[in-house]
Amino acid sequence: MIEVNHLVKRYGNTLAVDDLSFTVEEGQIYGFLGPNGAGKSTTMNIMTGYIAPTSGEVSIDGHNILEEPEEARKCIGYLPEIPPLYTDMTVEEYLAFAAELKKIPKGKIRGMMDEIMNITGLLEMRSRLIRNLSKGYRQRTGLAQAILGYPKIIILDEPMVGLDPKQIIEIRDLIRELGKNHTVILSSHILSEVSAVCDQIMIISHGKLAANDTPENLEKLMEGSNTLNLTVKGDALSLQRILKQTEGILSCSVTSSEEKEALDVVIKTETGLDLREQLFYLLADLKMPILSLQQSRVSLETVFLELTGEEPSESPEKPAAEPASDSDERSEDQ
Amino acid sequence: MTAIYKREVKSFLTSMIGYVFIAFLLAVAGIYFSAYHLQGLYTQFSYTLQGMLFVFLIAVPILSMRVLAEERKTRTDQLLLTSPVSVSGIVLGKYLALVTIFLIPVLILMLYPLILTQFGTVSLRTAYTALFGFFLLGCSFLSIGLFLSSVTESQVIAAVLTFAVLLACYLSQGIASFFPETAAASFLAFLLFGAVLALALYYMTRHTLLSVITFAAVDGVFIVLYVLNSSLYEGLIQKLFDILDITALFYEFSNGILDLTGFVYYLSIIFIFLFLTVQSIQKRRWS
Repeated sequence: MIEVNHLVKRYGNTLAVDDLSFTVEEGQIYGFLGPNGAGKSTTMNIMTGYIAPTSGEVSIDGHNILEEPEEARKCIGYLPEIPPLYTDMTVEEYLAFAAELKKIPKGKIRGMMDEIMNITGLLEMRSRLIRNLSKGYRQRTGLAQAILGYPKIIILDEPMVGLDPKQIIEIRDLIRELGKNHTVILSSHILSEVSAVCDQIMIISHGKLAANDTPENLEKLMEGSNTLNLTVKGDALSLQRILKQTEGILSCSVTSSEEKEALDVVIKTETGLDLREQLFYLLADLKMPILSLQQSRVSLETVFLELTGEEPSESPEKPAAEPASDSDERSEDQ
Repeated sequence: MTAIYKREVKSFLTSMIGYVFIAFLLAVAGIYFSAYHLQGLYTQFSYTLQGMLFVFLIAVPILSMRVLAEERKTRTDQLLLTSPVSVSGIVLGKYLALVTIFLIPVLILMLYPLILTQFGTVSLRTAYTALFGFFLLGCSFLSIGLFLSSVTESQVIAAVLTFAVLLACYLSQGIASFFPETAAASFLAFLLFGAVLALALYYMTRHTLLSVITFAAVDGVFIVLYVLNSSLYEGLIQKLFDILDITALFYEFSNGILDLTGFVYYLSIIFIFLFLTVQSIQKRRWS
């Protein structure tokens, strides 16, 4: 449906999007996830043809966005980060204008507008000036504009911003509903939003694709590295030596604890391996009492933080790898 | 394009700007009309039009300043540029809306010569030819205003730029008279022009070789021409300023001459500035 090939966007000396490639399949809901300034909006602006990439190309349903812009844009409904609203128009006028822009046949406009105002909850606001609408209703008007004409692809840049919790649930249901017949791409920096509706999550960090998988798989990916946090009384060097000899431990770090004469130990173990009992007996034999032992399972939240950490991950497909362990520790402590 | 055109016309007529523009034009026309014709008893309607030419200096920036600058500021250009409409369609829709609003006072002005016929013989053909020239001149100024509105996000800057450019057009005859008419002076000015062109090119492309070649080629042609026939350069600066004086050809129309040169000249100006507007929008995409 959408193919993005080696996309690069450079603003002066800053690299907003750095060699991004992915494909979007039909009839799924995709989530762009990334911290502020990761390049989500830039990518969406390029995909919709609002700005041109420095290099690389985007094709929408087989149409290159720069070579056949009108054909490609016909397939897209787009809600930018700031809804593009004419504040001197009423909701109804605005939607009629947008429908005409999108070349929807004259006879269909009325019926479609009523339908869309109904599903976005704008019916009672239809004759109000957009200037007088609250942020939530403006957001909905923008959303209604994007859905208008039921394009094959609906791209929403932070659609939930400014909505109250009840509205968020409504819009979430609406997006799920749309996802049945359309390809939906939405962006967010809030994880729960994305994991609640999306079939596929793309984590973008520093303009690069850090991960592209289903929410379940992303969690599984991290479960591979179950983490154990221990506080142990004893000698650091010998403890480290013993732990290194133990089977099933991928990595361990030993630091002095806030507690007197104690050490903080973070151990990463292999998939599905539970070392707690073994460690208990092992350290008991060595007269190194365990003061605390805690197993932490990695959540999607950690995956996100890890993949979008300060230093871009070396191997995006294997976030469990060594270099990322530092940021993981930080998140566990908090 | 029609969607944009309709929205734009409606937006002018639901906000103050359209009415301010129309009222201002008509008020000035009314003052000149009563002074020249009702009191002075002149029968030439073109006197009114010639007298009120300065209104464009103020009225055109008022009308054109927000037309593209505001779209950019409120980010509504994102809707237009991501919808299945071509950039030239957007620009043309906007421009035709400006022309439509300008057409309203022009249509009302068409009644004035008819009023004069009540008091004596009036050459209607001369009057309407002059009005046609007035309309073409206004349309050219509006295309300049549209272009300058596309280069900035700020309405104020767009208005000031438009005012400055129009003022330069009005004053170009005066500016031209400061320059000596000798061939040597023109020659020097053209050499300087070549250098500025090369510098501008270097500034835009950062390509040293290209700029040097351009400089050598352009100035080379000027030097060759000067050596071959220096009389070519006599008064050339003045001729150049004449071309830039957009109002000059209006006076042909106002004398009742339906001038094809003037017609083509104004249409070219409109075309060039609409083209530049499209380019300036396209360019922003790539930066």
